Amino acid sequence: MELLNDIRSLATTESDIKVWYKAARTIDFPENGGACVKYKDQQIAVFNFSRRNEWYACQNLCPHKMQMVLSRGMIGSAGEEPKVACPFHKKTFSLRNGECINATEEKLAVFPVKVEDGFVYIGFAR
Amino acid sequence: MKRIIVVGNGMVGYKFCEKLRKQGVAAEVIVYGEEPRPAYDRVHLTSFFSGKTAEDLLMAPASWYAEHHIVLHTGELVTEIDRQQKTITTHTGKTDRYDYLVLATGSSPFVPNVKGVERDGVFVYRTIEDLNQIIDYGKKVTRAAVLGGGLLGLEAGKALVDLGLETHIVEFAPRLMPRQLDEQGSVILQHKLSQLGIAVHLNKSTKEIAGNGKLDGLEFVDGSFLPIEMLVISAGIRPRDEVAKGCGLEVHPRGGVVVNDFLQTNDENIFAIGEVAVHNNMVYGLVAPGYEMADIVVRQIAGDFSKTFQGFDMSTKLKLMGVDVGSFGDALGETPGCIPIAFQDKHNGVYKRINISADGKYLLGGILVGDAKQYNLFHQMAANKMALPAQPESLIIGAPGKGEEGAGVKNLPDSAQICACENITKGDLVFQITEKGVKTLDDLKRSTKACTGCGGCTPMVNDILKITLESLGHTVKKSICEHFDYTRQELYDIVKIKNIKTYDALLDSHGKGDGCEVCKPLVASLLASAWNELIVSQATIQDTNDRFLANIQRGGTYSVVPRIAGGEITPQKLMAIGRIAEKYGLYTKITGGQRIDMFGARVDQLPEIWEELIDEGFESGHAYGKALRTIKSCVGSTWCRYGVQDSVSFAIYIEDRYKGLRAPHKLKGAVSGCIRECAEAQSKDFGIIATEKGWNLYVCGNGGSRPQHAKLLVTDVDTETCVKLVDRFLMFYIRTADPLTRTATWLNKMEGGLEYLRDVIVNDSLGIGEALEKEMAELIANYACEWKKVVEDPALRAQFKHFINEDSTDSTLSFVEMRGQKCPPDWNKK
Repeated sequence: MELLNDIRSLATTESDIKVWYKAARTIDFPENGGACVKYKDQQIAVFNFSRRNEWYACQNLCPHKMQMVLSRGMIGSAGEEPKVACPFHKKTFSLRNGECINATEEKLAVFPVKVEDGFVYIGFAR
Repeated sequence: MKRIIVVGNGMVGYKFCEKLRKQGVAAEVIVYGEEPRPAYDRVHLTSFFSGKTAEDLLMAPASWYAEHHIVLHTGELVTEIDRQQKTITTHTGKTDRYDYLVLATGSSPFVPNVKGVERDGVFVYRTIEDLNQIIDYGKKVTRAAVLGGGLLGLEAGKALVDLGLETHIVEFAPRLMPRQLDEQGSVILQHKLSQLGIAVHLNKSTKEIAGNGKLDGLEFVDGSFLPIEMLVISAGIRPRDEVAKGCGLEVHPRGGVVVNDFLQTNDENIFAIGEVAVHNNMVYGLVAPGYEMADIVVRQIAGDFSKTFQGFDMSTKLKLMGVDVGSFGDALGETPGCIPIAFQDKHNGVYKRINISADGKYLLGGILVGDAKQYNLFHQMAANKMALPAQPESLIIGAPGKGEEGAGVKNLPDSAQICACENITKGDLVFQITEKGVKTLDDLKRSTKACTGCGGCTPMVNDILKITLESLGHTVKKSICEHFDYTRQELYDIVKIKNIKTYDALLDSHGKGDGCEVCKPLVASLLASAWNELIVSQATIQDTNDRFLANIQRGGTYSVVPRIAGGEITPQKLMAIGRIAEKYGLYTKITGGQRIDMFGARVDQLPEIWEELIDEGFESGHAYGKALRTIKSCVGSTWCRYGVQDSVSFAIYIEDRYKGLRAPHKLKGAVSGCIRECAEAQSKDFGIIATEKGWNLYVCGNGGSRPQHAKLLVTDVDTETCVKLVDRFLMFYIRTADPLTRTATWLNKMEGGLEYLRDVIVNDSLGIGEALEKEMAELIANYACEWKKVVEDPALRAQFKHFINEDSTDSTLSFVEMRGQKCPPDWNKK
């Protein structure tokens, strides 16, 4: 629970971003896949959805069994919705709003991402 | 805010709390439970013996109550209720005030008044404490009995078997499960139990539990004597109504608090639910009606009085020591004039009985032992008074073909309850499909919550989905997901014919959308089966195990399994594994496939560990892949005085031949050196057993959840022929099986069955034998150890780290110690 509350307090909307954190080079991320970024003591899953030319970020913690693992999940689409599937039990979550798609797990905290000069930046509330 | 006190923290008491909070009822909730721990799953108490801990059985951890603002007092027994003051008092003298009181005190085991029940070694079976005592005492004895052959008694019997004790079941009635089964059903069940080594004694009235201090046997009224050292009494339940009686609530002469259809006692502010409640002269000793009662009381407190308790269908389906038993409706045929039809197959241990109404129109109830696949359908037919076919006997005598069950679902009325856990009817499901446009099982689960409880209704829900979609004119194709309108076999052909090497190329040319967690690993497996190229070069379409070439385990660490072909290993290599495991602090365990698994490696440690393993001469064991795992062997003629062929050498040859082979599911094989079959080859996807003249080849066996013996494909073939046939067999399986289908299921679904398979593989009826062999030869030629490639390639190695932006490791990883090694903590402890 503590882990969940901490990560939620970092999340914010596009207009209220206080910090754009420079995470890593774009080329460090696998194509159509994710990697885990450490920010303060938190873990953020960042996905390079190269097929759609889009980037997404969400908490690395899967709320189902509290495993730090979502960055290792497969990404894809359900209809138009971009999603990630947890490697453990294949719970899927929207990358756009964090809602659980195929079950009733709690929603993920998601974070804005921007790419500038070959670097990936993640937006945080603090 | 209203103040609700719940007396009793068992399964039903807990369910009340859960439902109350789910409904969002604003009320203070205080729970008093007599037992020292929060509510746990009593129904699965026997799983305690198969390694579950008391923690695993908890309905919810203590923290759940706090998070949901429920005050839980464990180890505190409510001893008095003052209805005037609306207060309760506990055994410690504490008093508390309520607006509503919910009695969920449950029941205690009924102990008959037999001489000697106080002796040492006599136990009841209800709580974890009871169980712990049974386990402790069971270590000192060898012979034990259960008094009572009902549902609970048989569960207790299972517990004794699990303890490794010689087990007897003693029943007063002339049959087992007298409330659910008739004599023939009992005979079949008894026969099955005797195969498990359980002796059943019927018609036995116990006169005395004999002994001196501790018991030494049971003396029966008929003069016989059963020598035993431990006795578990399971002779029914007695509602815990003491505290209700003490405050003048109405109790039933046979025990239990009398309630009306609203589950109210004669005090409108006091409810009784679960096994302590008596509704219409009935005590309900199952958990489902208890949950229903909890639900009704929650609704009332929330102001909804529309639902009342109208009794509960006590039909049950369960697995007793591996035997399916179903009993539904009027199981024993007590309705006047009813006509029973029965079918019995002693050889296979199957008994089916249906009771038909006197006019022959309706199914009233029945019994299924040994094969209860039709339980759901029959139960619904009876509950909904569906018209029977002209020859009702065809229901149980005709071999249940594939189409039949689906057709049965078609005729169910809309009111038929399909999902009992969430109370969803066929009409609810059909509405979602026809009116809301639901087209997939996942969407149906989401929109209705069907299948999300026990999951037992999933096949029926799937049938309803399929039939309803078909009735709407949709063709229901076994396409793999929304991104590919093809079956696995079609995609395999496309990949081969069009020479497609990457997932993206296939998605662009034959798919739509952006893929998903279903089609990505499936195509990854197809590509590997077709070309056997390095899978990590397309890392992000692999399941996590294949992406990191290791098995992800609880907590997010991985396990490592080097190949130990045929289970043969030198002392030097054994020491190397020991040294490496010790260096990286890994938990080690011998696997079922004669090799060694090392658990608890962080993702960043994997390449280092493998570098050392490869230096010591090891290769990947592909334990993470839908691939060939192991070829188990016995020592055979090299050492064994019975062996007729060198099974170890052959097993090593076979394992080396097919190592790295990727398939629709994992593959396991074995080679036994003689007919004694010590390598258990008949439980494998392919098994080879030595004969005086050569080898017998068995195929499509399976261990796991649905064990199935492998079928004999050919006898007495020489080594070369044997290998050729295995080549063809494996390649044919890879070409044609559905995704994630083991060879056993593949054969079960195959039209023509074993005869057809033998025709294709041995007689080459399709003329593809040579092509299959050639494809296999290409795959074998293309083999390379994946781990060696990764270890040698800095770019691939770089992918094995937890954080992309720094070198630290995951600080949330933690371990606990168990028997001198490390283990991950419980799922829910984080």
